[in-house]
Amino acid sequence: MNLQIALLLGQDGITNGAIYALLALSILLVFTVTRILLIPLGEFVTFGALTMATIQSGKPVLFVWLLLALTLVDAALDIRQQVGQRFDMARLRMTAIKIGYAVLMVVIANTVPLADIPMAFQALLTLCLLVPLGPLMYRLFFQPLADAHSLVLLIVSIAVHVAMVGVGLLLFGPEGARTLPFSDTGLHLGPVMLKSQTIWVILVSVLLIVTLFVTFERTLYGKALRATAVNRVGARLLGISPVFAGKATFALAALIGVSSGILIAPITTLYFDSGFIISLKGFVGAIIGGLISYPVAAVGAVAVGLIEAFSMFWASTYKEIIVFTLIIPFLLWRSMTSHHVEDDE
Amino acid sequence: MKSRYLPVIALLLLVLAPLVLPTFQITLLNYIGLYTLVVLGLVLLTGVGGMTSFGQAAFVGLGAYTSAYLTTTAQLPEWLQWAAGSPWLALLIGLVLTAVVALLLGAMTLRLSGHYLPLGTIAWGISLYYVFGTLTSLGGHTGVSGLPSVELFGIVLDKGEKMFYLIWAILVVAIVITRNLLNSREGRAIRALKGGQLMAEAMGVNTFRSKLVIFLISALFASLSGWLYAHTQRFVNPTPFGLSMGIDYLFMALIGGVATVWGALLGAGILTMLKQWLQDLLPILFGSDGQYETIVFGLLIVLMMQKAPGGLFPMLSSLVPARFRQRKEISINSNAESLPRRELPKSGQLILEACEVTRRFGGLVANNNMSLQVHAGEIVALIGPNGAGKSTMFNQLSAVDTPSDGEVKFLGQSLKGKTSREVASMGMSRTFQHVKLLPTMSVLENVAIGAHLRGNKGVLSSALHMEREEEQRLLKEAAYQLERVGLGEYLHEEAGSLALGQQRILEIARALCSDPCLLLLDEPAAGLRYLEKQALGDLLRKLRSEGMAILLVEHDMDFVMGLVDRIVVMEFGEKIAEGLPVEIQTNPRVLEAYLGGAE
Repeated sequence: MNLQIALLLGQDGITNGAIYALLALSILLVFTVTRILLIPLGEFVTFGALTMATIQSGKPVLFVWLLLALTLVDAALDIRQQVGQRFDMARLRMTAIKIGYAVLMVVIANTVPLADIPMAFQALLTLCLLVPLGPLMYRLFFQPLADAHSLVLLIVSIAVHVAMVGVGLLLFGPEGARTLPFSDTGLHLGPVMLKSQTIWVILVSVLLIVTLFVTFERTLYGKALRATAVNRVGARLLGISPVFAGKATFALAALIGVSSGILIAPITTLYFDSGFIISLKGFVGAIIGGLISYPVAAVGAVAVGLIEAFSMFWASTYKEIIVFTLIIPFLLWRSMTSHHVEDDE
Repeated sequence: MKSRYLPVIALLLLVLAPLVLPTFQITLLNYIGLYTLVVLGLVLLTGVGGMTSFGQAAFVGLGAYTSAYLTTTAQLPEWLQWAAGSPWLALLIGLVLTAVVALLLGAMTLRLSGHYLPLGTIAWGISLYYVFGTLTSLGGHTGVSGLPSVELFGIVLDKGEKMFYLIWAILVVAIVITRNLLNSREGRAIRALKGGQLMAEAMGVNTFRSKLVIFLISALFASLSGWLYAHTQRFVNPTPFGLSMGIDYLFMALIGGVATVWGALLGAGILTMLKQWLQDLLPILFGSDGQYETIVFGLLIVLMMQKAPGGLFPMLSSLVPARFRQRKEISINSNAESLPRRELPKSGQLILEACEVTRRFGGLVANNNMSLQVHAGEIVALIGPNGAGKSTMFNQLSAVDTPSDGEVKFLGQSLKGKTSREVASMGMSRTFQHVKLLPTMSVLENVAIGAHLRGNKGVLSSALHMEREEEQRLLKEAAYQLERVGLGEYLHEEAGSLALGQQRILEIARALCSDPCLLLLDEPAAGLRYLEKQALGDLLRKLRSEGMAILLVEHDMDFVMGLVDRIVVMEFGEKIAEGLPVEIQTNPRVLEAYLGGAE
């Protein structure tokens, strides 16, 4: 291996690592606020990439019908909840807005010539289509179980992932897809040629991380979510709605997942079932961070990306084995340091 | 009465099935049998032990690939030559290999709590899957074909109809073994894993060992299923051992009812049939090929978790009218030999001594320079206002917690570095301030956990029910202790159905079952009615006269003053008084602590 190759691999590693870091952060965020390990995060990535690809290829965007269907189920549940009580006009208006939004998306997806609009708008539309899936997912699958044992939540999370992979196959078909790169020019930095997509990935990742940081440190809503993460009951007593916290974190996670999908779609061919492995690598990062520490998780995730890139060079067939056995030393270390007997929560 | 014939009828149906059913149905039944075997392990692991595993498919693969490799490779390495060609030898090696891998993985991950274990199982599930797929000696992704048929008593099991008998015979044995194991001393320890680990440790159960045992058993069941699969198909490739199959196994367990042995059969049956049906139906519906059944399965599990988290089997059995339901009452043989008893120390001998115990939590000093002594044949009460540090002190005394300074001595030995399990075996037994029992288990079985250290028969003899004599002795002891504390008429009730006061009494019976020389009772009289309190007082007096040392924390002053020999009073983590009840009642510092000072 010479320096050239090392730099190239390092670049690949950091690009993927940045994506894993984003995913690790949203996994942590969702976990600390809702106790849910968001396994379906990977499906947001693939759905994002594949929707973008569908838009660019000019095929019909089938996902929009799923959005409409889920929104209608959500609305039906909302209304059923209110039957027998006095109808709350504000909530009804909210329901109407949600249905209106879904209908608007259906109209846009079926009338605008999506393949011809600028790429930035395509990406924006992809986000507009997919991010509502986050809160919808929380509302339909997790909200009724908000007080369940955390292992039940994990099982539901896996079940949602399994269902979404099937849905992905139905919506996007078995073929893999790649999208057009955001821009063509690379950046020469001494001996290194930085690929343009690498720069995009790193820029957007940093931007998202900074935005998250500012949101959580400076805004009231961010502080509310942090409070929920620290103490769920306490936060509820102070008037922070757990439903709001759940939906908001799921929306953030969806935003991050879908953005990651759009970012990596030009460099990697993604299939309907590629999401799991991607999100698991985010999980490896999150586990390295002990499911608590954001910075350690981010560093761990970047390390996962680098190790993956370099093991691709030395032992490409064993790449996945190396990455997933990587967490065993960390698990081992955790088992060494925790000795107390625990009862169920 | 009819239910007694059910197993016989079921067995008969099983024997007849291959003679009347078409091959296709038999193939399905074979799959159901194979899956049930794996799910049975999961019931033990997840439903009973509370540990979620998504990695069982990897163990199935381990069993299947070991046999495939050993029976088909033309040129085995030198050191493996002896194992070539024989499926039975390969089975044995596969099981040993699985056991080694399971022990390694278990030792690494079972100490972890909460989410790490399931995430760990996902990680090694994926890793092993990729190992199967990449090792060229295992045929890579194309797999290994041409496995020999299993031969049994000279009969070659070369058809599905013939393998059927082997698969279901093994499954029946596995079910019997599992049920036997659960209804034994080891089984009670295993059942305590879910929600009662702290209590079980205090009763002397090595909970980590129990976890490892069921992890091992579930891995072995899976490996056995893999071996059967390999020789039924006579072909293996990595696909059926991937993570998605591991998830399917867990789904089967959840759908059937993860806490019941029959739920395993039901779940495996339903999911297998449903998959078959959906794989025919959905592609027609959606107009293209693909594994669309995953959508249905995923949503089904979400719905189950939301509406019926216990699974279908408990739901179905609750539909059966009560009079047809089998009420299992554990029989107690009153002729069984009594358990040997520990010789109690002579009355007046020093049993427990705390020397200047200090416990700090960061800057907070919960116990400061606390010293107290308890002698054999003496009841000592530890009293004090709320927040005085009594419970912390209790934890120091019972080795649940370690003092920051000072030392606790029990029977002359320092408790430094000892676990609550070791302390239990030395003869200290306790009850808990917040009742810790297993609400769905019977009162009798709950109490029998207390006698855990008085039996020594292991997992194997439990599984084969070769420990029935010892088991009868343990149950007789439990029944005797329950009679003694006045719960004799509730032996077979669910422990959770007792009133709170009775549950506290149950804890005393459980503590007595371990044949202690020192009893630590945390608020035993709370929630008791007047007559029950009197009965409890009488019981404690009787124990005292037998030479038992008793230390209790209690708020009920009437109860304490009429009963105990000495009182230690705590306030703000320190001892403010010690003496006879009469002295304490007139001690000005105590009065000030309890009633507020006179200005």
